[in-house]
Amino acid sequence: MSEKTEKTEQRRLSVFKTYKLYVGGKFPRSESGRVYEVTDSKGEWLANAPLSSRKDARDAVVAARKAFGGWSGATAYNRGQILYRVAEMLEGRKDQFVREVADAEGLSKSKAAVQVDAAIDRWVWYAGWTDKIAQVVGGGNPVAGPFFNLSTPEPTGVVVVLAPQKSSFLGLVSVVAPVIATGNTVIVIASEKSPLPALSLGEVLATSDLPGGVVNVLSGKTAEIATPLAAHQDVNAIDLAGADDVLAKELEIAAADNLKRVVRPQAVDNADYFANPGIERLTAFLETKTVWHPTGALGASGSSY
Amino acid sequence: MASAFEYAPAPESRAVVDIAPSYGLFIDGEFTEAADGRVFKTVSPSTEEVLSEVAQAGTEDVDRAVRAARKAFEKWSALPGSERAKYLFRIARIIQERSRELAVLETLDNGKPIKETRDADLPLVAAHFFYYAGWADKLDHAGFGANPRPLGVAGQVIPWNFPLLMLAWKIAPALATGNTVVLKPAETTPLSALFFADICRQAGLPKGVVNILPGYGDTGAALVEHPDVNKVAFTGSTAVGKAIARQVAGTKKKVTLELGGKGANIVFDDAPIDQAVEGIVTGIFFNQGQVCCAGSRLLVQESIQDELLDSLKRRLSTLRLGDPLDKNTDIGAINSAEQLSRITSLVERGEAEGAERWSPACELPSAGYWFAPTLFTNVTQAHTIARDEIFGPVLSVLTFRTPDEAVAKANNSQYGLSAGIWTEKGSRILAVANKLRAGVVWSNTFNKFDPTSPFGGYKESGFGREGGRHGLEAYLDV
Repeated sequence: MSEKTEKTEQRRLSVFKTYKLYVGGKFPRSESGRVYEVTDSKGEWLANAPLSSRKDARDAVVAARKAFGGWSGATAYNRGQILYRVAEMLEGRKDQFVREVADAEGLSKSKAAVQVDAAIDRWVWYAGWTDKIAQVVGGGNPVAGPFFNLSTPEPTGVVVVLAPQKSSFLGLVSVVAPVIATGNTVIVIASEKSPLPALSLGEVLATSDLPGGVVNVLSGKTAEIATPLAAHQDVNAIDLAGADDVLAKELEIAAADNLKRVVRPQAVDNADYFANPGIERLTAFLETKTVWHPTGALGASGSSY
Repeated sequence: MASAFEYAPAPESRAVVDIAPSYGLFIDGEFTEAADGRVFKTVSPSTEEVLSEVAQAGTEDVDRAVRAARKAFEKWSALPGSERAKYLFRIARIIQERSRELAVLETLDNGKPIKETRDADLPLVAAHFFYYAGWADKLDHAGFGANPRPLGVAGQVIPWNFPLLMLAWKIAPALATGNTVVLKPAETTPLSALFFADICRQAGLPKGVVNILPGYGDTGAALVEHPDVNKVAFTGSTAVGKAIARQVAGTKKKVTLELGGKGANIVFDDAPIDQAVEGIVTGIFFNQGQVCCAGSRLLVQESIQDELLDSLKRRLSTLRLGDPLDKNTDIGAINSAEQLSRITSLVERGEAEGAERWSPACELPSAGYWFAPTLFTNVTQAHTIARDEIFGPVLSVLTFRTPDEAVAKANNSQYGLSAGIWTEKGSRILAVANKLRAGVVWSNTFNKFDPTSPFGGYKESGFGREGGRHGLEAYLDV
C-alpha cells in the first residue's frame, strides 16, 4: 500500500496545454480575454477554451480575405500537395487526436481511432480532388457559333463553417477540407462543447505548409460567433452544419443580405471508413465562370482568321 | 562558340546516386536473374562508360512476370480505391524525396541535360503519380459510369527518351484503376525503371503489382504476345506500333499506342518573335529533339522568314552542348550510337535532296554520341526531312503565305501528334487549332506537359490518350 502511494507520488506531473485560437496563421487568445470550461463526456474538466467575441470573428474574416488571393491563385497541384501534407502531419500526431476525440465524444480509444483514421483519409480524399474537380464539373461547351466556350469552376471566396457539434474531429475535417480544396478560405466555428480537436488541428495546419489565414479556427458560443459572421458583408458563403434549426433559419435570413451561398444543416458525421464523401461539399462553394472567345470563322478565302 | 564570356564548369555531383554493377529482373517483388542467364550492358551515352550490367528478360521470364502480375491482380483490384490511392501517394512522395538521385541517374543513363531531368522529367514523374493517386478512389466520378472495372494485367513497353516519365505515364493510371503491370523499359535506359522497383519496395507495394523486365524488342514482343496480358500500352516508333497493332489483332487485348510525330510549329507574321524563337528552340532542341511531339517542322510566314531565321540562328549559337551533368548544358548527348547513325543518315539525305544545312559553330566531345543543333532551309514538303521523323536536334524550315496554306502544310503528314501556333491574335489561334489534325496544340508555347492534360495523337501518331481524366479510359473495362 505504502509502496503504491510512493509510486503515485513519484509520477511526473503533466504539463497542460493552453488552447488558443488559430487566426491568420497565428495563435491568439480571444481579444475579449474570455475563456470557457470544456469538459469531457463525464463532466470532468479538460481545458479552458477561448470564448471568441464578435471582434475575433471580424478579425478572422480579415485574415481569411487576405489569404484568399494567394490560396485561390495557387495551382491546384500545390493545394493538393498541401492537403496531403496535412494528412501526413496528422498521421504522426494520431495519438493526441485519438485522446482528444475520445475525451470529447466519450468514445473508447479504438472507436476514437477509427474516427481519426477516417479524418486523415478524408484529407487524402480531398487532396486528390483539387486538380480533378474542374475536370468533372467544368468543360468546353459546343455553342452554335464560331466560338471557343469554356466553363471552369472557381472558389466562391471566404466561407464560414459551423462545424458539426457532435463529431468533433471527423465531422470538422469533413466540412473544412472540401472548402479549402478548391481555393476558398475558411473561418470555422468549432463544436461548442468539444472544441479541443479543432483547436489542435490549427497546430497541425500551421506546420503543413498551409498559408496562414486559409483556415481560421474559432471556439466559443456558436450562435454568438456565427451571428455577426452570417451578416458580414465580406463573407461569401456559410455552411450551417453545426446549427440547430432555429439558429440555421436565423443565420440564413442574415446571410440573404449579401446573398451568401448557404449550405443548410445536414448530417456530416458519417464515420463509415469506406463511405464515399461525394463532391457536394466541393461544388457547394464553387462558382462557374464561362469564357467566350471568337474562333474566327473560316471564310472561303481564309481571310477571316 | 564565340562567346563574350565563358562559363566555368558546374557539374552536378554523381555521388548522389549509387549504381550497382549489375541488376536483375524485378518479378514478384524480387530481383532475379533471367532464366537463360542473359545480360546486357547499359552505357552512359555522353562518355560510353559502362554504367551497369542488366539481366535481359526472355520469353520464360515474361511468362513468370505475367503470372506474378496475374496473381497480384486479384487482391490489388479488390482493394478499396482509397487504399490503392495511398500506395500511389507514397510512391509520389518517395519520388519527390529521391528526385535529385533519380535526375542524376536518368542523365547518366539517357544523356539528357541535368537541367531537364531535374526541372522537367522528375517533377512531372512525381506529379503524375500524385495526380493518378487521387483518381484511385474517385473512379465513379470519372465519367465512365459507376464502379468501372480494371482490365487485368497490363503489358507496357516504353521508350528511352523519357524513361522514368514514360514509366509514370504507364504505371500510375494502370495501378490507380486497379490493374497490375509488367513493364519493359528500353534497352538503352533500363536503370531508372529498376530504381523504381526499389521505390515500390520502400512504398510497401504488394509483390507482383509492378514487375520490371529489361530487354530488347524481342522481350517487348513476347510481352505483347502473352495470352494472359489484357492490356497493351506502347510508346515508341510508328513502325513498332503498327507491328503491335497486327500482333494483337483478333485478341481481346485493349491497346493504346503513343507513336511518332512530325509536329508543325506555325509562326505567323504578328507573332512575338523573341518568344517564338524560344518556343522553336524548346520545340526541337528540348531533349536533343528526341521527343515524339517535337516541333520538328517550322512553318514560318514568308514575310518574316528572314527576321525569324536571323534571330533563331543567333539563339542557336548560344546553346551550350556538352557534359549532360553540367547545370549549364542545354544540349546533351544523343541516346545511342544507333540513334546517332539514324539522325546522321537522315541529315545526309536532307542535304542530298537539296535542302540547305546550317549549324552553329559547335565543338563536339570526342567520346560519346553527339549531334550539333541543325537547321535546314529551302525545305519542301516532298523532302524526306519534312516527312520522316528524325528524332534528333534537326529542324526543317518551310514557309507559307496564308493561314490556309499553313494549315494544309501542317496537316500534310502521316503523323498528327502535336502542333504549335504563334500569333498575337486569339481568334486566329482558335481557328487554326480547330483545323489542325493533331492531338496536342500549343499556342504561344511549346512542349508543355501536365498530368491533368490528355496527350496523344491523331492518325499514325497512335491512339488513346495518356494523362488527365481521359487517361483512365485506357486502363478501364469501358
